[in-house]
Amino acid sequence: MGRTLAEKVWDAHVVRKGAAGEPDLLYIDLHLIHEVTSPQAFDGLREAGRPVRRPDLTIATEDHNIPTVDIDKPIADLVSRTQVDTLRRNAAEFGVRIHSLGDVDQGIVHVVGPQTGLTQPGMTIVCGDSHTSTHGAFGALAFGIGTSEVEHVLATQTLPLAPFKTMAITVDGELPEGTTSKDIILAVIAKIGTGGGQGYVLEYRGEAIRALSMESRLTVCNMSIEAGARAGMIAPDEKTFAYIKDKPHAPKGADWDAAVANWRELVTDDDAVFDAEVVISAADLEPFVTWGTNPGQGVPLSGSVPDPAQMTDEGERAAAERSLEYMGLKAGTPMREIPVDTVFIGSCTNGRIEDLRVAAEVLKGRKVADGVRLMVVPGSVRVRLQAMEEGLDKVFLEAGGEWRGAGCSMCLGMNPDQLAVGERAASTSNRNFEGRQGKGGRTHLVSVPVAAATAVRGTLSSPADLAPAAQPALV
Amino acid sequence: MALEPFTTHTGVGVPLRRSNVDTDQIIPAVYLKRVTKTGFEDGLFAAWRNDPTFVLNQDAFRNGSVLVAGPDFGTGSSREHAVWALKDYGFRVVLSSRFADIFRGNSGKQGLLAGQMSQDDIEQLWKLLDNDPGATITVDLAEKTATCGTAVFTFQVDDYTRWRLMEGLDDIGLTLRHEAEIDAFEAARPSWKPATLPVLS
Repeated sequence: MGRTLAEKVWDAHVVRKGAAGEPDLLYIDLHLIHEVTSPQAFDGLREAGRPVRRPDLTIATEDHNIPTVDIDKPIADLVSRTQVDTLRRNAAEFGVRIHSLGDVDQGIVHVVGPQTGLTQPGMTIVCGDSHTSTHGAFGALAFGIGTSEVEHVLATQTLPLAPFKTMAITVDGELPEGTTSKDIILAVIAKIGTGGGQGYVLEYRGEAIRALSMESRLTVCNMSIEAGARAGMIAPDEKTFAYIKDKPHAPKGADWDAAVANWRELVTDDDAVFDAEVVISAADLEPFVTWGTNPGQGVPLSGSVPDPAQMTDEGERAAAERSLEYMGLKAGTPMREIPVDTVFIGSCTNGRIEDLRVAAEVLKGRKVADGVRLMVVPGSVRVRLQAMEEGLDKVFLEAGGEWRGAGCSMCLGMNPDQLAVGERAASTSNRNFEGRQGKGGRTHLVSVPVAAATAVRGTLSSPADLAPAAQPALV
Repeated sequence: MALEPFTTHTGVGVPLRRSNVDTDQIIPAVYLKRVTKTGFEDGLFAAWRNDPTFVLNQDAFRNGSVLVAGPDFGTGSSREHAVWALKDYGFRVVLSSRFADIFRGNSGKQGLLAGQMSQDDIEQLWKLLDNDPGATITVDLAEKTATCGTAVFTFQVDDYTRWRLMEGLDDIGLTLRHEAEIDAFEAARPSWKPATLPVLS
């Protein structure tokens, strides 16, 4: 019987097959590290007197804790500074390469991997970060792990893992104008729920997925974890190969040919069987926004805040009531009438160069609404430099936005970029949990064009809602 | 590092009547800046603990060690700090009808038992704990049972995790028994696979 893409990558990395009921031991091709989930793992190595087995398959970057302004000054928060310093000391002691603040390759760990060419099809990639699923857009099996597993991979370059189930998410047809890959994944999560993917590796397939650029595919795979999935994958194709070619870590010469020949095999066989299948019609999608406090609580932008009283499931109703109370929203309010205080464009979900181009296209010649704060945060230093070369920074600044340094920024309340209590944000990030963007902060997850248009109108909006006279020429 | 073997545990049951308790709720990111592995109890459910009516602020449940939670417990971020915070507070067991995969994995590594049971049974336990606040639950890992008063419930945990918990085994030590197989696998890896070192010029 044929195999799925995920099964092929799995099989190619089995060091040791587990007996019945035991996990397989899987080899890990690339281990990404950042400052938050690694200090205790390095401590564990030290206590046991173990080295890092493969420093040459390990890379560290600083992203979660760091400020995105004044990066030439010492980190003001002493606890954050200690954590970053600890990563630097551990990297030096164990011989791990690190991209520190100020390094041209510094950035969010999931932006750095693809842009340096370290992320390639058919690899196993792990990181102590749940959004490691991002790298699956290249046909890699990539997933988040906890700190104990970080220590395990550092010590052994392997992980004992029970096999995953597989789920096909087929997105047929063509995406309507104004909708993006973010709307695809938000719709998928709303459909299968935050627990729908538990135990599964999702494979996104179908015409609408094939039509996406590599960077848009990264957005889809990034949020697989928000559906509870261990990983999300997309079979590599010519777009994938073209994106990797000539990246610093791409194979060169004869190695390139050998690699591509191998990568072409990384497709689900026609006679392979998935454990579950979900089909979505792209033509039915429209810009999608969340109203609640988990990523499954979303509706089309044209919709309204749902009424918990209409929900038949008791648990769902109680959760919705809690969410509305936290979010300060009334059932029945049209989503387009919800005003925001802050718009955040960035994160490992939507902080790549294509995202910034889309945002600039909407903001060009327009101004941010009075009383709204727009933060634009590139996912990496290289994205920042590329954007500046294209003049995108000027567009953001002229519109009245902030143009900041690279990092996780307002995606999570860990660095100085946070919402105040009761503040409401339209955010291109991935989680609308209570307090995620700062204690008491309220988050609406949106796509990049919706974020940019919301900054201009001051309420949740799509570019189609903006005054036609102000629209930039689309030639 | 070897763990303390887990066989049975008896402690106060704490009803947490919420679904989708993500790891940002279990411990907010601001508490993740520490570089130690202990002392996270103050961050556990930090936002909710400001609310005097929150279950852990009620005297009967303050010393709880068996958390009985709604479905989809531990979703979101991979932070193992969520498990450390639960353990540091004193929890040894979490029961839920559905756990997020990464959370369940992290629990197993740290000797926190994540037992899965039906939502009907969870609701029965909630009722028992509401009617008798401070009641204890006895969890028997060998039998995979949770007993509250005279009511006995069964829970699921995969056999491998159960064995490791009961033996208190360290994963890295187990894996390093197979070092020769890791060496052999590495020797056969294709040469074109990327490496982070040496630094490219």
